[in-house]
Amino acid sequence: MNDGTSPAGTPAADPDLLYSADEEALRAAVRSLFADRGAPATVLAGLESASAHDAGLWRALATDIGAAGLLVPEKLGGAGASAREAAVVLEEAGRCVAPVPYLTSAVIAVTALLGCDRGREEVAAPLAALAGGGSVGVLAVPWTTAPGGASEGAVRAGADGTLTGRVTSVADAAGAALLLVPVRGPDGPALYAVEAAADGVRTGSVTPLDLTRPLGHLTFDGARGTLLASGERARTAVDGALLAGAGLLASEQLGVAEWCLAETVRYTAERTQFGRPVGSFQALKHRMAALWLEVASARAAARNAADALATDSPDAPLAVAVAQAYCAPVAVRAAQECVQLHGGIGMTWEHPAHLFLKRAKSDELALGSPGRHREALAGLVALDAP
Amino acid sequence: MTDAEDLRRRTAELLAAHPPAATQRLDFLRARFDAGLAWVHFPEGLGGLDAPRSLQAVVDAELAAAGAPDNDPGRIGIGLGMAAPTLLRFGTDEQKRRLLRPLWTGEEVWCQLFSEPGAGSDLAALATRAVRDGGDEAGSGGDWIIDGQKVWTSSAHLARWAILIARTDPGLPKHRGISYFICDMTDPGVEVRPLRQITGEAEFNEVFLTGVRIPDSRRLGAVGEGWKVAQTTLMNERVAIGGSRIPREGGMIGVAAADWRARPELRTHDLHQRLLTLWVEAEAARLTGERLRQQLSQGQPGPEGSGMKLAFARLAQEISGWEVEFLAEDGLTYDDWTMRRPDGVDFTGREAGYRYLRAKGNSIEGGTSEVLLNIVAERVLGLPPEPRTDKDVAWKDLPR
Repeated sequence: MNDGTSPAGTPAADPDLLYSADEEALRAAVRSLFADRGAPATVLAGLESASAHDAGLWRALATDIGAAGLLVPEKLGGAGASAREAAVVLEEAGRCVAPVPYLTSAVIAVTALLGCDRGREEVAAPLAALAGGGSVGVLAVPWTTAPGGASEGAVRAGADGTLTGRVTSVADAAGAALLLVPVRGPDGPALYAVEAAADGVRTGSVTPLDLTRPLGHLTFDGARGTLLASGERARTAVDGALLAGAGLLASEQLGVAEWCLAETVRYTAERTQFGRPVGSFQALKHRMAALWLEVASARAAARNAADALATDSPDAPLAVAVAQAYCAPVAVRAAQECVQLHGGIGMTWEHPAHLFLKRAKSDELALGSPGRHREALAGLVALDAP
Repeated sequence: MTDAEDLRRRTAELLAAHPPAATQRLDFLRARFDAGLAWVHFPEGLGGLDAPRSLQAVVDAELAAAGAPDNDPGRIGIGLGMAAPTLLRFGTDEQKRRLLRPLWTGEEVWCQLFSEPGAGSDLAALATRAVRDGGDEAGSGGDWIIDGQKVWTSSAHLARWAILIARTDPGLPKHRGISYFICDMTDPGVEVRPLRQITGEAEFNEVFLTGVRIPDSRRLGAVGEGWKVAQTTLMNERVAIGGSRIPREGGMIGVAAADWRARPELRTHDLHQRLLTLWVEAEAARLTGERLRQQLSQGQPGPEGSGMKLAFARLAQEISGWEVEFLAEDGLTYDDWTMRRPDGVDFTGREAGYRYLRAKGNSIEGGTSEVLLNIVAERVLGLPPEPRTDKDVAWKDLPR
């Protein structure tokens, strides 16, 4: 990445920061699905039900639209698209805090599997299952794990291939059938596949801050797993999955911020106080205009990350670090402004603003905090700490 | 349709006929203009080839690689960025033929006589008068006599021409009684005085206009329609301020990052955190500008342009403020308080203290950040306007 003249380097090729016609067509399909079945009011109503996900919505998104297989090559049962298309799905999912395991299963778990030897049946079979949307898989790491930060100490693999240990706060663990578990094995790091229903696996639920993305603690007590990759291959597969997850999380954050801004503009233009629409007061207009500018920049940063991941650019780690460090705080600010500028109604359970605040704040911690990503960036652009 | 291949061929022909090493700078620039390679998106005969605007980059790259001279855009930015697009849209054929070529080559410098001491952000409140002397009933011919004072005028001391807005009908509401003129800065009655500013130098001027006579043939747009013409100029000004293409770590953040790398003994954890945050914001702003350019080149102009100047101003102020603080004892010193008369603005040259002080103007010049936020809120987000008391009142009846 470094060309010797500038320590920050320059991208190899100009990134394409726009949306293609195919991407817009995909967006239209996903948006119409969410409008029909996943509007914020529907999400709100389903929040306290027993199931982890909205199964009908997930089936429609994953299977009917085929979104679960976007990142999987056609010969392995997927759609052969790229991170650019997956990012569009996530923007729409963020726009309605959809309670579906798209990021965890169709992006992170799928990317981890794609990083293993795809010629082996042990890899190809679960990949096809996840791509078809019939099965949900998750990478068994704490949801706060940044790229490069997967702990290899939490779970140990014995010589007989059984796993022991505990992983806390795994996103979407409750609804997952397949667990991809990074472990410390007798010969170094490895990645195992474990059936969630297998003997020796316990999923304990946690009450999450973000009710639309359930968290679970996973306990492995002599559970039998299948070795997917070991050594450097395993490490790269896990890192690649976390990098893709963090990079595309920025698109979800963009969607969250967009909904919050649009809804706040709509509400303040209608709500009257002191004999005027409150949206005509300069103090409020300036806040919304400043937020709009941040959202426009978040869109550019998120698109840049998606394009770098899609083209497998050497710039991807930098693009992802910038996107996460920038987009996470923008989503939080947008959600906070949304609650504040809605006044009292923004504090009520019946208005969906709180869903977006909870998602935005949890997303800020997810896959590396902005501080962790800035730290990564410092290394990438040669701005060393004191 | 002119494509990239065609432009490469034309550029090669220009270079073959006028080898940069053996050609006078001005001769080369004139030849480039005549070959239609100045602004490729302008019409043929006026410096362009009616080609897509995005292809200018192809020509610029080829000429830079061949070591060809440029037209010093930093020095003639007002002509290039503001006067030229306005002339192109509203000028007569004769005005365009006479004025565009020396504007582009830099033989004739332009300045902008818009702002007034009593009308800054409320530009349409301007008081400079233009009174008709002669002319026919239908409203053309004759001369205009201009009286008033302008301020914040960059390059006025170098300029041959100015774009000028003045009030032609004080009986109309303030936006409607304004007309737009081209003023010859060498005419009697034009007096330019340097205006020394916060940095110690005099980058700007005050311009006093006393009985200046402008022929009606140098009016742009219809009488009373000057505000509409000025919108074109102002829109282009904001794009020019916020829209130049920069590489990663280009501009001020590059200077700050270079400081950090060069002075390890000054590093603190707090400054490190803040530098990284600014670095991320500068990169996000750069990508936003890049995305805007990609939209424009696909014919989908986005509203992001109105926001880029806001981001640029805020970042320039924060980064330069960071730099002064990082430099510790060196940050207490200033390079030179001598009153200079610079040809253009240099945002990355000179020392941090200068950059810090100069950047304070970024959120004022070309529209204050507060006014731009109103514009974004009302025109982009569609929020309701503030109640106004000046809308349908004749300018002469407004409180001043």
